[in-house]
Amino acid sequence: MVPVVFALAAVVAVVFAIVTIAHSSPVINVLSLVVVFFAMAAIFALLGMDFLAAIQIIVYSGAILVLFLFVIMLLNIRSVERLGSGRRVQALLGTVVAVGIGAAALTAVSLLTPTSGAVYPGSLETGTVVPIGRALLTTHLFAFEFITLLLVAAIVGAVYLARRDP
Amino acid sequence: MTDIPIPHTWVLALSAALFAIGTLGVLLRRNGIAIFLSLELMLNSANLAFVAFAMTLAARPDGAEAALAGQLFVFFVIGVAAAEAAVGLALFIALHRLKGAIDVDRVNILRW
Repeated sequence: MVPVVFALAAVVAVVFAIVTIAHSSPVINVLSLVVVFFAMAAIFALLGMDFLAAIQIIVYSGAILVLFLFVIMLLNIRSVERLGSGRRVQALLGTVVAVGIGAAALTAVSLLTPTSGAVYPGSLETGTVVPIGRALLTTHLFAFEFITLLLVAAIVGAVYLARRDP
Repeated sequence: MTDIPIPHTWVLALSAALFAIGTLGVLLRRNGIAIFLSLELMLNSANLAFVAFAMTLAARPDGAEAALAGQLFVFFVIGVAAAEAAVGLALFIALHRLKGAIDVDRVNILRW
C-alpha cells in the first residue's frame, strides 16, 4: 500500500514538475507547481512527518505560491516563450548541464545500499508539532531568531525595492 | 496494518529527478517568474533529500535527535525561500516598471 501511494505521488510530482518548467503560461506554471507541492506533502505525510506536510501546504502552496500568482496577475504577464526557444547554443548547453547533474545525482543514489535506511511510515515520534516546537524554541532558538530577522529584513527590502521612485 | 517500508533511495531518486528538472528550467527559461519557480522546485528537492536522510537516521536506535534536525532544516529552508521569494518578486516588479517586461535577456545594463 505505502509503496503504491509513494509511486503515485512521485509520478504526479515529476509530471507536474515538467509542466511547471515547460508550459508557456506563467499561471499554469504556478498552478502545476502547487500540484507538485501537494504531492510532496503527501510523501511527507507518508513518511510520518505530519507537521511538515501541513506546513508544506499552508506556507508553501498557500502563501509563497499565491504571492507568485499575485505578482503575475499584477504585472499582467502573458508570456509566449517556450522552453528552449531562442538561443540554440544556450539551450543545448543547459540541457547537457541539467541532464549531467541529474545523472550524477542518480548515480550517487544508486551507489547507496537501499537497505541501509529503510523508512518505516508513520513510526516517527518526532514528526508532530510538540517535539518540533520544543526543539525550535530550545536547541535551535538562535537559528530560529535569525530566520525571523532575515524575514523582517527581506520584507523591508522588498517594500523598498517595489515602491515607486520618490 | 503491516506496511512495506519505502527505501530511502527512492525518495533520494525522486529528489534528484526534481532537482534536474529544476536545473533545466533555470537554464532554459527566459521568463523571470518561470526561472524563479524552477528555483523553488530545486529548493524543494533539497527538502526532500533532507527528509530522506532524516528518515534514514530515525531508523537507528539513537536517531530521534537527527530526525528532528532534518525536519528543522526543512523549516529553515522554507523560511529562506519565503524571504527569497519576497525580495525576488519585488525585484521583478521594479524591473517590470523599468523595462515593461521581465524577460531576463532584456536586463543587460551591467553587461559589458
